[in-house]
Amino acid sequence: MIKFSPRLTQKLAWGFTWAMGSVAVLIMLLIVGYVLVQGLPVINLDFLFSSPEGGLAGEGGIFSCIVATLWLIVTTMAILVPLGLGAAIYLSEYAPDNKLTHFIRYSVELLAGIPSIVFGMFGFAVFVLALHFNYSILAGALTLACLLLPFLVRSAEEAMKAVPSSQREAAMALGATRWQTVTRVVIPAALPGITTGIILCVGGAVAESACLYVTMGGSAGMPTSLLSGGRTLAVHVFYLAMETNALDKAMATGAVLIVIIIAINLITRWVSRYLQTRMKGGTSYGV
Amino acid sequence: MYFKINRKKALTLMTGCLLSGVLMLGGCGQSLSGTVGIGGSSTVQPLAEKWAKAFETKNPDVKVTIQGGGSSVGVKGCAQGLFDIGAASREMKSSETDQWPKLVTIHVAADGVAVVINPASNSVTDMTLEEIRTIFAGGSSATWTVINREEGSGTREVFEKAVMSGTEIASNAEFLPSNGAMKQKVANTVNAIGYISLGYVDSSVKALSISDVVCNEANCLNKSYPISRYLNFITNGTPDGLSKQFIEFCLGVEGQKIVGEEGYVAIQ
Amino acid sequence: MMSRYFVDRISRRLVLCFGTVAFLILIFIAVFILKGSLPALEEVGIVDILFGTKWYPSHEAFGILAMFAGSVIVTLLALVMAVPLSVGCAIFLAEVAPRRISNIARPAIELLVGIPSVVYGLVGMVVLCPFIAHLSGTGSGSSVMAAAIVLAIMILPTITSISEDSLRAVPTLYKEGALALGATHWQAIHHVLLPASRQGIVTAVILGTGRAIGETMAMVMVIGNSPILPANIFAPARTLTGNIAVEIAAATGIHESALFVTGLVLFILIMIINSLGFIICRRKND
Repeated sequence: MIKFSPRLTQKLAWGFTWAMGSVAVLIMLLIVGYVLVQGLPVINLDFLFSSPEGGLAGEGGIFSCIVATLWLIVTTMAILVPLGLGAAIYLSEYAPDNKLTHFIRYSVELLAGIPSIVFGMFGFAVFVLALHFNYSILAGALTLACLLLPFLVRSAEEAMKAVPSSQREAAMALGATRWQTVTRVVIPAALPGITTGIILCVGGAVAESACLYVTMGGSAGMPTSLLSGGRTLAVHVFYLAMETNALDKAMATGAVLIVIIIAINLITRWVSRYLQTRMKGGTSYGV
Repeated sequence: MYFKINRKKALTLMTGCLLSGVLMLGGCGQSLSGTVGIGGSSTVQPLAEKWAKAFETKNPDVKVTIQGGGSSVGVKGCAQGLFDIGAASREMKSSETDQWPKLVTIHVAADGVAVVINPASNSVTDMTLEEIRTIFAGGSSATWTVINREEGSGTREVFEKAVMSGTEIASNAEFLPSNGAMKQKVANTVNAIGYISLGYVDSSVKALSISDVVCNEANCLNKSYPISRYLNFITNGTPDGLSKQFIEFCLGVEGQKIVGEEGYVAIQ
Repeated sequence: MMSRYFVDRISRRLVLCFGTVAFLILIFIAVFILKGSLPALEEVGIVDILFGTKWYPSHEAFGILAMFAGSVIVTLLALVMAVPLSVGCAIFLAEVAPRRISNIARPAIELLVGIPSVVYGLVGMVVLCPFIAHLSGTGSGSSVMAAAIVLAIMILPTITSISEDSLRAVPTLYKEGALALGATHWQAIHHVLLPASRQGIVTAVILGTGRAIGETMAMVMVIGNSPILPANIFAPARTLTGNIAVEIAAATGIHESALFVTGLVLFILIMIINSLGFIICRRKND
């Protein structure tokens, strides 16, 4: 084997890491760029505000899909946020260091790894069939809440754990109960992390398709209640791509999704930066 | 006083509407309302969507939702209460009638399963059933890319029954979940061969004639084309209410006219 | 008005309940999948299902070995592509790139996490599959290769960001020590930083593997879904996840139960992989 001088080796290694870094960024640019270039020209007001008409040509727009996605996000968050925050509060503030806590933490980790389609199977049999929610937004939202729960618990718990214990002790010393300490000291201080976690879960809900494909049905009609079926934007991309000739519309829907995801990324950055500067600015919270 | 009379009138009118809605079988201009959920066969789906649209135009307060999934989804979903009407592009299997004896099958249109190939890469226009069977079983010397449908597809069952006669379709065929996906794949893949509902055939794929019998409406209706079938609606018990109205609309003159327009075969 | 002590007591109970929800869901899913699997395990037999190579439900053949192999092959192939790329990326972001560049490159790569898998599938279908069909000369391009490339891109950001974190977590003293001894920057990375963050990188790869095995919709769109051991990497195959997604709605009886077995295998596979990651991660923390 040829032995290079350390400096040459370093040069080669630098070349390699620069290449890898550029390739990764390039891949992102290619994918995002391709979808946007192909998709954006198709998008117009008519596309955004008319509903899919079905059929092979994939006529119509995506309005009912946008509405279904919004319904789904609101419902999912209504279930997920209290549950996830509650669990995070327990793990971070109340849980004693014992077997049960280890068990809970371990199950959160394991739950996070279970494939979405397995949640889908579960949701299909329990929410769709056994509980008679039928193919519906409610069934989809419940399934999705189970799927996203570990992610929210993890990020919220991390954010709360990062709050210095001196702040809790100060509150307790002033005579606050545990719960008052949590709601008035810990949560406000952990707000940037918690908010970021929630927004990322919204992103996850927008992007998810597998578990919704089997729990919400494919009906592209306008949802009228939580019990009506629906087709989210991501699932609509799947339908358009697999069942119609309208690849341009699939790209356009994909472009809408990518714009939403980019927006969510930017908002997350902005929120955490804004709330952090506010915190550093020494504003007092809540009390 | 004035008010009272009006209310009485309104009441009578409403009772009348209700009565006629219950007693009369569609088409008298009375307004229906509610929702009908249909789901199942991807073959029936585009047709059902057109029917739904026409029905909704006539009855603005009615909402008809349509979902795909495949014929088995239609049968199972109807039995489990997921849909009011299940759509199936095949007859019920004996295992299904055993499991859910209450289900009722209603023929709503006829259809052929066209064997389609990629038009650009192959000049074949006619095959015998045996030739098709050999290709799908993976025993052909020519390099065909065989495209198959998923388990639970009615089109696949009809095709297997009529063409394969017990032989298995080669497992290295690609599997796609709908007529649309199949058609798109065949249209874009060199030397591809697949099978789709007659209603889906257009110029992007080439439909083969089988032993010189062309897959068209007349040949499907008189059963001279070997792979033909009925498209069915499945209901849990004899249909009633809105489902009944909808099915009767589909079987009526208007409904059957739509069948022809969409490229399927009218039966009435 | 309720006393604050009362509220405190109630809320303590309440959050305990919420805390156990994750655990309950996990148990519920496990029990439920197991229960769904039983009819097929009884009727067909565990050996015939796990080691049968033929999946043909209408002819009573329920072997999932081909799908198992499909999942494993696609995942391994994706890892072969993704690991050097992501670790290279992580070193680049943590050590090599000027701050200005890494501050742009990092969020750019992280954006890949959020993109819906159907969009990956769509781009794979429209761009990658025709290209592969052109290369291999036959078929439609729906293949193990297409699926592996799509997966590699999907797990790239996961592996990159966790690896970068663990590279950054190595105390700077280590690196400074190596540099003070006259090592070049690369020697310091190669001989000090990488060994020190090995566990973190392994954890990253394991998490990436978990994500790859669980991916569903993008796979359905680009792999061709043929339930067969792929003859080569340009042949179609089917993954365990795809098997469930394509057939669950239509399946009844033993067929449905066999799909639950598919889910069970997937569940156990993921459990093993993630427990591995968890154990390695914990050993690092100790």
